[in-house]
Amino acid sequence: MVPIAIDNVTLEYDTPAGKVTGVKDVSFDIGASEFVCIVGPSGCGKSTLLNVIAGFLAPAAGEIRIDGKTVKGHGMDRGVVFQDFAQLFPWRTALGNVSFGLEMKGIPKAERDRIAREQLRLVKLEKFVDSFPHHLSGGMQQRVAIARALAYDPSVLLMDEPFAALDAMTRDDMQSLLADVWRATRKTVIYVTHNVAEAVYLADRVIVMSAHPGTVQADIKIDLPRPRDPLSVEFVECQKQLMRHLGHKVSGNGVGH
Amino acid sequence: MTETTINTAATAGKTTSGAAMTEQRKSRRSLWRAAVVLIIAACCYEAVARSGYFAPALMPKLSLVAQTLVTMLADGTMIEHSVFTLYRVMFGFLLAVLVGLPLGILMARFAAVEGFFLPLVSALMPIPSFALVPLFMLWFGIGNLTTILIVFYAATFPMMFNTWSGVRSVNPLWLRAAGAMGADENALFWKVIIPGASPFIITGLRQAFLRAWIAVVGAEMIAASDWGLGWVIFDAKEFLNTDVMLAALVVIGGIGFVFEKMVFGSLEKSTIQRWGMSRVAKG
Repeated sequence: MVPIAIDNVTLEYDTPAGKVTGVKDVSFDIGASEFVCIVGPSGCGKSTLLNVIAGFLAPAAGEIRIDGKTVKGHGMDRGVVFQDFAQLFPWRTALGNVSFGLEMKGIPKAERDRIAREQLRLVKLEKFVDSFPHHLSGGMQQRVAIARALAYDPSVLLMDEPFAALDAMTRDDMQSLLADVWRATRKTVIYVTHNVAEAVYLADRVIVMSAHPGTVQADIKIDLPRPRDPLSVEFVECQKQLMRHLGHKVSGNGVGH
Repeated sequence: MTETTINTAATAGKTTSGAAMTEQRKSRRSLWRAAVVLIIAACCYEAVARSGYFAPALMPKLSLVAQTLVTMLADGTMIEHSVFTLYRVMFGFLLAVLVGLPLGILMARFAAVEGFFLPLVSALMPIPSFALVPLFMLWFGIGNLTTILIVFYAATFPMMFNTWSGVRSVNPLWLRAAGAMGADENALFWKVIIPGASPFIITGLRQAFLRAWIAVVGAEMIAASDWGLGWVIFDAKEFLNTDVMLAALVVIGGIGFVFEKMVFGSLEKSTIQRWGMSRVAKG
């Protein structure tokens, strides 16, 4: 049985002009503990597809199966991290945010706190357990969001451009932190991004999508050893290959934005 | 890598505590400013009172007002009147919260409820509660019932309206995130929607109380017998007791100030200001 199967998924948007196909006949499988990045130009429906996997949207055709079960609505087998920092609950401390899912599971308070602290340690925020989100920087807020999505131990982590709104330096730090977290937890990760370098840095496999309507254009394995060096020749070569699939003209030392 | 992020965060922590300091200093300064302005206003009043433009019986000196206030506080009459007024305002205000809060929530969640109540709110909210006092007197007589109902009328709509806006303003991302973490309807309501709408709900409480306080004094002038701060003013007019009228005004202002700054101010400080949500709604 395939851990995650995306099977002929088609999605339609309702617009004033009628129905528009956002994603068309997308199929791919994802293995356990695999880190998959979905890359594509804006408008290719990559975020929409992630929302379908998360269960926030229903596909017009096709289905998504996780461990053989068809996805219907959201479930605690998946954790979600959004791009917007505002996803955290401002009225809860970092610890309170991370405990939320455990609270919903009915886990007693002492146990909740213990797990939440552990998760915050994993994202290196153990000193900020009692801080409210508005006292944390954007990068720290996203780390809390990652800890929050991991705390109730879902098998799949869904991430929708979580670092896109961060400055470049913070983003680099966050990527290496996420790679560490992934190594430690071995979750299956589906990560949407438009940043080619980010995809090459993080992914085992990159799904390249094209737009209008969104379809899978290429499915590329990234076989570089970890931790990855973004300045190595192989890394840059991988980026070039990806960019070619995205339709960019690649010359000399083309580096992703 | 973490070293650097934690360092920046530590400096960020320092700036926020620094901001809290200036916040404190700022509030102390605004208190000073308020005191200075009040003193200037009092001096202006005193100057007019001493100029002899009005007869001293009509515009007593502040010293006399203060003396009357102290006497009335000491013999307990002013306190008794205040207790009556507070009883009416709290009764009507709590009733308004009990009705306005759930209705506002229902309006935000169900289109049918919104469709029914929104025109009603829009039509009734602008009617000054004072304009209803004579009518309510005919219906409910003179006394507590009429004053409480006037207060209730005045306070319900701002409570309802703000709650409605607040629930509608709840960030959909919070609902999504909470849903993904397994929150059911009940948890969504108590743990996301209510705290998420709290900036507006607190504004609603504040506006509702302010309106209630204005309404109660007005209603008491006409529709109360024997007790209440509004009645004191109205009754004193009959005997030209301007010092009593002014003393009652001081008490009315004082109690209003205490509620505004102490009760709602500290409620705000311990909730939405602490959560960094106070910028969202400003009443």
